[in-house]
Amino acid sequence: MGLLTFKGGIHPDDGKSLAKDQAIVSILPKGDLIYPLSQHIGAPAKPVVQVGDQVLKGQMIAEAGGFVSAPIYASVSGTVKALEPHFNPTGSKVPCLVIENDGEYQETKYAQAKPLAEMTKEEVLNMIGEAGIVGMGGAGFPTRVKLSPKEPEKIDYIIANCAECEPYITADYRRMLEDTEKLVSGMRVVLSLFDNAKGIFGVEDNKKDCIEKLEEAIKDEPRMSVKILQTKYPQGAERQMIYAATKRAINSAMLPADAGCVVDNVETLIGIHTAVVEGKPLMERVVTVSGDAVEKPGNFRVLLGMNQKELVDAAGGFKTPPQKVISGGPMMGFSMFTLDTPITKTSSSILGFLEDEVAKAQTTACINCGRCVEVCPSRIIPSRLADYAERHDEDTFVKQNGLECVECGSCSYVCPAKRPLKQSIGSMRKIALANKKKK
Amino acid sequence: MNENYNISSSPHIRDKVTSSNIMLFVVIALLQATIFGVFNFGMSALINVVLTTATAVLAEYVYEKLMKKPVTIRDFSAVVTGLLLALNLPPTLPYWMGPLGAVFAIIVVKQLFGGLGQNFMNPALAARCFLLISFTGKMTYFVYDGVTGATPLAELKAGGVVNTMDMLIGNVRGTIGETSVIAIMIGAIFLLLMGVIDLRIPGTYLVTFVIFITIFGGHGIDAQYITAHLCGGGIMLGAWFMATDYVTSPITKTGQIVYGICLGVLTGLFRLFGGSAEGVSYAIIFSNLLVPLIERITLPKPFGKGGEK
Repeated sequence: MGLLTFKGGIHPDDGKSLAKDQAIVSILPKGDLIYPLSQHIGAPAKPVVQVGDQVLKGQMIAEAGGFVSAPIYASVSGTVKALEPHFNPTGSKVPCLVIENDGEYQETKYAQAKPLAEMTKEEVLNMIGEAGIVGMGGAGFPTRVKLSPKEPEKIDYIIANCAECEPYITADYRRMLEDTEKLVSGMRVVLSLFDNAKGIFGVEDNKKDCIEKLEEAIKDEPRMSVKILQTKYPQGAERQMIYAATKRAINSAMLPADAGCVVDNVETLIGIHTAVVEGKPLMERVVTVSGDAVEKPGNFRVLLGMNQKELVDAAGGFKTPPQKVISGGPMMGFSMFTLDTPITKTSSSILGFLEDEVAKAQTTACINCGRCVEVCPSRIIPSRLADYAERHDEDTFVKQNGLECVECGSCSYVCPAKRPLKQSIGSMRKIALANKKKK
Repeated sequence: MNENYNISSSPHIRDKVTSSNIMLFVVIALLQATIFGVFNFGMSALINVVLTTATAVLAEYVYEKLMKKPVTIRDFSAVVTGLLLALNLPPTLPYWMGPLGAVFAIIVVKQLFGGLGQNFMNPALAARCFLLISFTGKMTYFVYDGVTGATPLAELKAGGVVNTMDMLIGNVRGTIGETSVIAIMIGAIFLLLMGVIDLRIPGTYLVTFVIFITIFGGHGIDAQYITAHLCGGGIMLGAWFMATDYVTSPITKTGQIVYGICLGVLTGLFRLFGGSAEGVSYAIIFSNLLVPLIERITLPKPFGKGGEK
């Protein structure tokens, strides 16, 4: 049986056994909560509270700063302490609202949610937008915008990205097992927006139990199906997911909607369910804490804004001080120099590693082995593109399709010469994209 | 809080395979043919192998020291070059010639063009051709069991009859490492299993070559003749160990197939219509020169291109 997949990709050690069997545990923050105003792609949110204000859990503290933006909600009750710069997980100092937690968790009264069948599409979209839902797999693109393509009737597939192809992370896996109903409900909400669409749950074949659970949960849903995908990184990359599920290929100039697809990940769909069915804004998510430096790896339901250090402490802290700490997965996540940074809408995991493999690796000359070409899901030539990037030859870089790179990092992973291929290509891509915009 | 963990660009994990691992695998794969050659041809073969390989490594070391570049002899690439050159030499070669070739391979072909990864020709083969042109007599003087004579391939070309079983095992005249097809294939299978090489280049090379000699060899579909051609001369060593050299072969997958076809055609052309019975070395270094052109016309189509926009 040929499983659905794409060409290229890698099979790194998945490390998922560390946290896979740990049921989701809810934990509450002790210290202050920090909310970066920019946790999404687009304009930063605008604060709607003053320093000194009392806020309730579930109260909006910053509104969307434009169409492509998302509001932010307090996840605890307490006092607004400051509006000041803090480090976010990617290492930049960004303006953040700080709330002192009073420990009471008094919630605002949410408007009574109407049954889905009685809501218009516009109402559903507004609820998703107002709840502050963004792509929670890491990209942070405002979901309301994603769900408002120009021609909604042309969308024929809603794909739930259940691949979770990054090593170590098991948050989506636990969510699929423990909150199957909410996930399916989230899909139901999205399908209500697109009359001609079918819902697909794209799950990698290493999550057999999730596949069974999902199939059971959707047996009375004629518009939904589960598609089993080959376990391979980057199966969860949007373009690769679309291709595996529908055999439609899109390039960097196209949006999923151009192929009639909308892709949302597990956590996002659950957020949509919470927003539309329960009427509550986005205030929490599930985060995996794992890695060989972590005492008790596990999966935690946490309130957004909580300090990452507190979360690591909840997982028993570090056995030995790690050399490297990563927000997100080891393939595409960000290494953090400090844990004194908040959980944001896009934080899927915190990983602590005793050894920094990258620091250990010595870069040598390229021997033209072609391994990067073999694994590249965008079918470009990473070693050559990195050469162009390193000598800053932007024209050739663009001509040789450097912009098609999805920055999955598979090339850097396999390179026997340990060249930082993705880093070179990624930097050049940013420059080229910026210059392209100028034109 | 002042933890200051390491930071770097993603990905934060790397595969275990390094360039020196790969080179070491190639050395291990070549040992079968080397050991067979030493047992087959005796002491002079051993001395030639040791001197040539050692000189290659030494040449790299001395050059890099003199040029104040980082010394890279631990990546085993000079060992591979030296060993491959040695395996391409007649066992009776005067002991100074192999080392001279090794110096040529490392300094002229590899280092002067920028070192590892930058040479446009296979250093070992370029050095072999250099020696072949400079010392044609010595380089084509073959003895087996004390009897001087032609290689099986030359006999075949002259219309003689050859024993293919001996050629398979390697009990025939030839260079140190090329005679035993069995020993070479053990190494080649090891490299295939370790993922160091794949079938694209050697497969298309050998298939094209067989088709070529079937059409133009004048024997039609003659299994005996085809087997003799495949087991004779340097084609096995060349196809599995030298045509597959990463640096001098195309990086694109389609390019590797085009390259294999070029090799097959050129080898057939040189063997059937050339002045010498052998043609593998020239076919490979000539095809090396075509690599940039082959790559240009075989650039892969990026994912999703061909869709609108």
